[in-house]
Amino acid sequence: MTRLIPTLAGFTLAAGLGLSAAAQDDPVKAAFVYVGSIGDFGWTYEHNESRLAVEEHFGDAVETSYVENVPEGADAERVMTQMALAGADIIFTTSFGYMDATNNVAAKFPDVKFEHATGYRRDHPNVSTYSARFYEGRAVIGHIAGHMTESNIVGYIASYPIPEVIRGINSAYLHAKAVNPDVDFRVVWVFTWFDPAVEAEAAQALIDQGADVIMQHTDSTAPMTVMAEAGVIGFGQASDMAAFAPAPRVASIIDNWAPYYIDRVQAVIDGTWESTDTWDGIAPGMVELGEMTDAIPADVRASAQAIAESIAAGDYHPFTGPIARQDGTLWLDVGEVADDGTMLGMDFYVEGLSGEIPN
Amino acid sequence: MIRLEPRPVPSRLWRVAAPVLAVALTMVAGAVLFALLGKDPLAGLRLIFWDPLFDPQFAAYARPQLMVKAGPLILIAIGLAMGFRAGVWNIGAEGQYILGALAGAAVGLAFYPSASPFLFPAMVLAGALGGWAWAMIPAILKVRFNTSEILVSLLLVYVAEKLLAAAALGWLRNPEGAGFPGSRNLARHPGTDNPVLIDAIGLHWGGVTTILAVIAAQILLARHVGGFQLRLMGEAPRAARFAGVVPGRVTILCLGLSGALAGLAGLFEVTGPAGQISIDFNTGYGFTAIIVAFLGRLHPIGILLAGFLMALTYIGGELAQLMLGVPAAAILAFQGMLLFFLLAVDVLTGYRFRFGRGRAAHGH
Repeated sequence: MTRLIPTLAGFTLAAGLGLSAAAQDDPVKAAFVYVGSIGDFGWTYEHNESRLAVEEHFGDAVETSYVENVPEGADAERVMTQMALAGADIIFTTSFGYMDATNNVAAKFPDVKFEHATGYRRDHPNVSTYSARFYEGRAVIGHIAGHMTESNIVGYIASYPIPEVIRGINSAYLHAKAVNPDVDFRVVWVFTWFDPAVEAEAAQALIDQGADVIMQHTDSTAPMTVMAEAGVIGFGQASDMAAFAPAPRVASIIDNWAPYYIDRVQAVIDGTWESTDTWDGIAPGMVELGEMTDAIPADVRASAQAIAESIAAGDYHPFTGPIARQDGTLWLDVGEVADDGTMLGMDFYVEGLSGEIPN
Repeated sequence: MIRLEPRPVPSRLWRVAAPVLAVALTMVAGAVLFALLGKDPLAGLRLIFWDPLFDPQFAAYARPQLMVKAGPLILIAIGLAMGFRAGVWNIGAEGQYILGALAGAAVGLAFYPSASPFLFPAMVLAGALGGWAWAMIPAILKVRFNTSEILVSLLLVYVAEKLLAAAALGWLRNPEGAGFPGSRNLARHPGTDNPVLIDAIGLHWGGVTTILAVIAAQILLARHVGGFQLRLMGEAPRAARFAGVVPGRVTILCLGLSGALAGLAGLFEVTGPAGQISIDFNTGYGFTAIIVAFLGRLHPIGILLAGFLMALTYIGGELAQLMLGVPAAAILAFQGMLLFFLLAVDVLTGYRFRFGRGRAAHGH
């Protein structure tokens, strides 16, 4: 840390920015590891927006840095180590695939706090995990999709068959089905989080199959472009994708990490940071619903808003029984709600969904 | 007027000087790029080329990492260079790298939780075979049907990536992984791990293999008739035929060798630094190795140096991002410039500039 200050001051000077920032008393240093590019307008974009929110919130008291496009595995471990060596106090590692690397590096730097997104391993007291209950947002847009589809075919661009994605499909389907018993979901698995060309092809394939509402669990805006041409509607994913409003983007699920990041950095400043496991949803604002546009009828907007509010208030759980699995066996009895453990490991479709989860 | 005139014999001086000049030009152009981005150019270059090696804060960690990062690049590039010399263009080392890792990991996981001392050698063998077999597809298609090995090997990379995703999500998935993709961690299980042998230089079995491959390639090219035949086939295919070289056999040998080395690189990576099969296990070593092979003049010692230089731009590039806020794309552009300038400067090896009017056009 002490060794870093002259180096940093040197760089600041060299960059022609003057002496002001770095010379003051030790700002807390927060570093971010991104799996994608900050210009992906999806997952990494939102993490970076939240990093900027941290900078804005704390001003000179906090200094942030990031490295983008970091492959999972050995490269991630090296980047995290270099961040720790550069004097980072807290490191946010924003992809599931960083799980082993995060825990390995955390073992070597017990004084540095590590925050791993969407993982479950906290091997050391300086590792926390955090994720968002995206399925709460999926319930709301599923409800909208059920109302909006006229062909009764909803297309779904799914990334990888992992619990988070399966949970989203189930949640969206249940809530579409609740308002439209005839609805049918067509799921295309693209096996990527971000590949504009592949995502666009998937959107086109779904439109060719008659889908007039499309949901995506991938991060690029390419499907939106295809939807705009075809005149079908969809929802912003991870980021608001407001550039495509009022249509094809009629609503969106936004990952808003800013409140969490600000909280955690504050905890480092206060010396109260502890290893925690956070899984937040709509209520604390980690999952945000973007503005619903006029393309959605007013009564549907109102009922969608009501669902979001009752989830936020804790009155309603998106997985409330009776719900059967795809094979017909009972999962949740009347009034029973899903426990977190089952949801975190969800590897089955609910009844009514067609097709198989690839493996 | 400036004209390019072919040299009667390729310049020996420029063969060696071209990469050095290319690196220098890349530094200049990189500095301009950093300046345009509003970053201090000297600080940027220092972070990339100097700090990972000599800065007291970073060097102790970064130096061994150079070996970790350069190892697979060099190992793959050595194999590719043998083929490139003979005019056999394996562009799909990335796919062979994946298949090597998959085959090796599959063997290791099949015997899980065995910690037999024979297990790791068996995995190494499987890794080499996996890469070799994947390279045999373009090789056999080329020999039997005269397809382009460039296209076939490249397109097989995308097939390999799908296989990798399927393995990470399906048949190699960690049964105790809570439904998440990815295999068990091979690096943390004795018997399937490829540990660092010498901490100070980051040497694991992959590094050892890399060094052996460099030495073997050097001997082959300098002393062995096989090396001569490779060169002959690349430089004078007709003469090679008269000298008794069977082109089909050379194609199969070159693709097989480069495939096996790429497979080994994948195996050592999955059992060591990466630790597990995951959806995004491959990170472009197979493609970057092409740059390394050319930057190293298809020469084993040159490739060794080029591999370390490339590794330096990766590790230093991360530092530049971290400390200066340079975007990742700028680092990629920086690495791209290296190949661009090398190819541009390479013209000087085979040609020389002539100034003045076309007098020389009449010959001397």
